[in-house]
Amino acid sequence: MKVVNTDIVIIGAGGAGLRAAIAVAEADPTLNIALVSKVYPMRSHTCAAEGGAAGVVKESDSLDYHFNDTVSGGDWLTDQDAVELFVNEIPKELTQLEHWGCPWSREDTGKVAVRPFGGMKIMRTWYAADKTGFHMLHTLFQTSLKYSSIRRFDEFYTTDLMIDDGVCRGCTAIEMRSGEMTLFLGKTVIICSGGAGRIFPFTTNGAIKTGDGMAMAYRAGVPLKDMEFVQYHPTGLPGSGILLTEGCRGEGGLLVNKDGYRYLQDYDLGPPDPWPRLKAMELGPRDRLSQAFYHEQKKGRTIPSKWGDVVHLDMRHLGEKKINERLPLVRDLSRSYVGADPVTDLVPVRPVVHYMMGGIHTDINAATPMSGLYAAGECACVSINGANRLGSNSLGELLVFGARAGRHAVEYVKTVGTLEGDARIEKQAGDAESRIKSLFKRTGGKQRVAALRRDMNMTLEEGCGIYRDENSLIDTCTRIADVRARYRDVRLEDKSNVYNTDLYQTLELGAMIEVAQTVAISALQRKESRGAHQRLDFTARDDENYLKHTMAFYNPNGDPRIDYADVTITKSQPAARVYGGAAA
Amino acid sequence: MSERQIELEVLRYRPEMDDKPFFQTYSVPCQEEWVVLDALNYVKDEMDRTLSYRWSCHMFVCGSCGMAINGEPKLACKAFLRDYQTKIRIEPLSNFPIERDLVIVQDDFIEKLESVKPYIIPKQEKPIDQGEYLQTPAQLKAYKQYSMCINCLLCYSACPQYALEEKFIGPAALALAHRYNMDSRDVGRSAREHVVASHDGIWACSFVGACSQVCPKDVDPAGAIQQVKFTSAVDYLTSFLPGGKR
Ligand SMILES: Cc1cc2nc3c(=O)[nH]c(=O)nc-3n(C[C@H](O)[C@H](O)[C@H](O)COP(=O)(O)OP(=O)(O)OC[C@H]3O[C@@H](n4cnc5c(N)ncnc54)[C@H](O)[C@@H]3O)c2cc1C
Ligand code: SF4
Repeated sequence: MKVVNTDIVIIGAGGAGLRAAIAVAEADPTLNIALVSKVYPMRSHTCAAEGGAAGVVKESDSLDYHFNDTVSGGDWLTDQDAVELFVNEIPKELTQLEHWGCPWSREDTGKVAVRPFGGMKIMRTWYAADKTGFHMLHTLFQTSLKYSSIRRFDEFYTTDLMIDDGVCRGCTAIEMRSGEMTLFLGKTVIICSGGAGRIFPFTTNGAIKTGDGMAMAYRAGVPLKDMEFVQYHPTGLPGSGILLTEGCRGEGGLLVNKDGYRYLQDYDLGPPDPWPRLKAMELGPRDRLSQAFYHEQKKGRTIPSKWGDVVHLDMRHLGEKKINERLPLVRDLSRSYVGADPVTDLVPVRPVVHYMMGGIHTDINAATPMSGLYAAGECACVSINGANRLGSNSLGELLVFGARAGRHAVEYVKTVGTLEGDARIEKQAGDAESRIKSLFKRTGGKQRVAALRRDMNMTLEEGCGIYRDENSLIDTCTRIADVRARYRDVRLEDKSNVYNTDLYQTLELGAMIEVAQTVAISALQRKESRGAHQRLDFTARDDENYLKHTMAFYNPNGDPRIDYADVTITKSQPAARVYGGAAA
Repeated sequence: MSERQIELEVLRYRPEMDDKPFFQTYSVPCQEEWVVLDALNYVKDEMDRTLSYRWSCHMFVCGSCGMAINGEPKLACKAFLRDYQTKIRIEPLSNFPIERDLVIVQDDFIEKLESVKPYIIPKQEKPIDQGEYLQTPAQLKAYKQYSMCINCLLCYSACPQYALEEKFIGPAALALAHRYNMDSRDVGRSAREHVVASHDGIWACSFVGACSQVCPKDVDPAGAIQQVKFTSAVDYLTSFLPGGKR
């Protein structure tokens, strides 16, 4: 087995991983960094983010406003110390990105421009047309090339964390071009492996978002926090699930039902002003908008289409010039995929799985409960998102907490000195390699990857969607346990070593099943409705019993063990979430 | 939803078992609104687990799924079946070594991208607490188009010069150098010049323009190269003037 000796291993080269790598390189250029990613950095899913990143810069705005929007947007499940730190640091991070060359859209004066976003009281979302994540990712990647201490391992698929005596020391990864197992041995690991939207069938998430890092940490004993909170974005293109950014509504796009009626006014989000009123109607939070779709559908007021029921996003009044300038990708995608040109046509949309609020449990320094292990970005749960993330907070999150993870990992490395136990880790790596080899050797496996994945996808969608109840969740949990058992008999059909995507999809499926199980069980146990977790049988928020973070612990042979942890509340006591005219 | 049977002729090559590449045909039941990538995913899930190709975002932005479709370099997620007859030939991007099936080796491009120093080289570091650099919409426009490159490599695959001379820095990397040269925050042009204006840089381009034609993001690398040639030529001539660098 090849061994790469290094100081800090970073798993994932998306926005969070690149930001962490640069933070390490700047904090201590003498430390060696191994940046390991299953895709080339610029293919990471951060590239798909369209709308923007929120940060207070305008004089009319204040850090307190951003704090309040985020805490109430998260239905008070956010940790307020984390949110406070986040809103303080994000303007600096966004400015730093500006200095590194990010092509932010500008005002005539040359200052960065901001746009309105859902659930935000003030316009504060920095954007680069409707390709914000793409530009952020390429800026970070290209900037990372300046630092010689960052050594990239592109297209290396990480399989396991290496843990010696409770301390995380590295990971094993398969070089995809050769199939060779490589041991990355260092002093600390930062997981930046992104989300897991692919556990659902209909999602804005790319093929790589399979929760690998979440599952790796989980299997190693680190709890996954608040996994029941899955965000549906209200405006996905039907059929493909491709996202139309909230920026569409930020720029003034309207949602209408089959009668051309702005139905959101029936769900405590009005009044239906003709202009975009902040925190109201189309600029309400995502959980409420997706829930409104469900009710419209129940009332028979959605529009049947060949891809299922939809509502319409009307952007025609914005005009061609504005659409081309602010929403060029949206126009391209709508025309290509559903044959609707936003300049002249109504565009069909429906809610689509978009983001995992939950993830690897970390504190405000991005540290997990395991020594030597950090996590940041969508794979982690700090939590600044609570029960419902506000749009444009997660691009900021990956910068703030990616950078913090990097800096704190550097501090940690300084304290550990020389570590022993390399031989034990090499043995562990050997075990990891044997597990992969045994997949190759297995004969007669009966279960097909695609079929198992479909079963997992459908049961989550059916029982654990926008609305859930006891029966649907019990059914989902049973079916996922069944999929998990069948996975042990999965069949690898491709036995070659070079770029074997059958193997990687099989491993990804294994990760997704673990993650899916935490989602379903956590949802079953939370007997209340909060943010994106809505129970038809427990319709109210229950602060007395559930103002708590769910912690799911791995159990190799059965359901995860569920425990709870306190929410950090500093200055905002739980209250009713108010949107629409009453929020002004 | 209406279905259409499509014959995909896919180039296969697994270095451990195949002496040379060959075509394998799959007959795929396709939905009318599918793209080629959907058809490949159908093959992978339902017909042949051994087929390998890269993809991720399915929305023209990650740049993973470049391949030659009926001989033309395309993103598989942007190649709609409605624009094709029933038989479609799919090969890896030309001008690159095949790693396996439709997966190409892209090391050469990555090295070239790194060689042009694609990052802001500022005149003087500005502290973060002094805020952003001002950049007017017009200044942004001067380089914006060249910042749209998704590194999909379609242009390299279409470039006749790259086909002849592997050392050619090539369209996307040169366009990226130009993107930073044109950025009002950057003064790094001279630091990039030895690569960009070298024998293998802009001067190797014979201005066929195939790169700009295949680019899915309208980056216009050919236009960028022309502009760089112009400024470099002016620089070169200026250097002979009294007080010039020579
Ligand atoms: C369509 C879309 C639009 C969005 N728009 C916005 C927006 O406008 N504003 C906003 O704030 N947020 C937005 N989001 C959310 C935001 O983009 C993501 O949460 C964020 O980009 C995640 O970044 P990340 O660095 O954590 O992960 P990613 O960018 O997904 O990167 C994950 C990295 O981990 C690596 N990796 C994963 N598994 C392995 C493994 N096993 N081995 C090795 N490497 C591995 C991958 O290769 C990749 O490099 C959007 C999300 C989507 C899907
Ligand atoms: S210039 Fe265009 S074709 Fe070439 S890599 Fe960039 S996006 Fe692709």
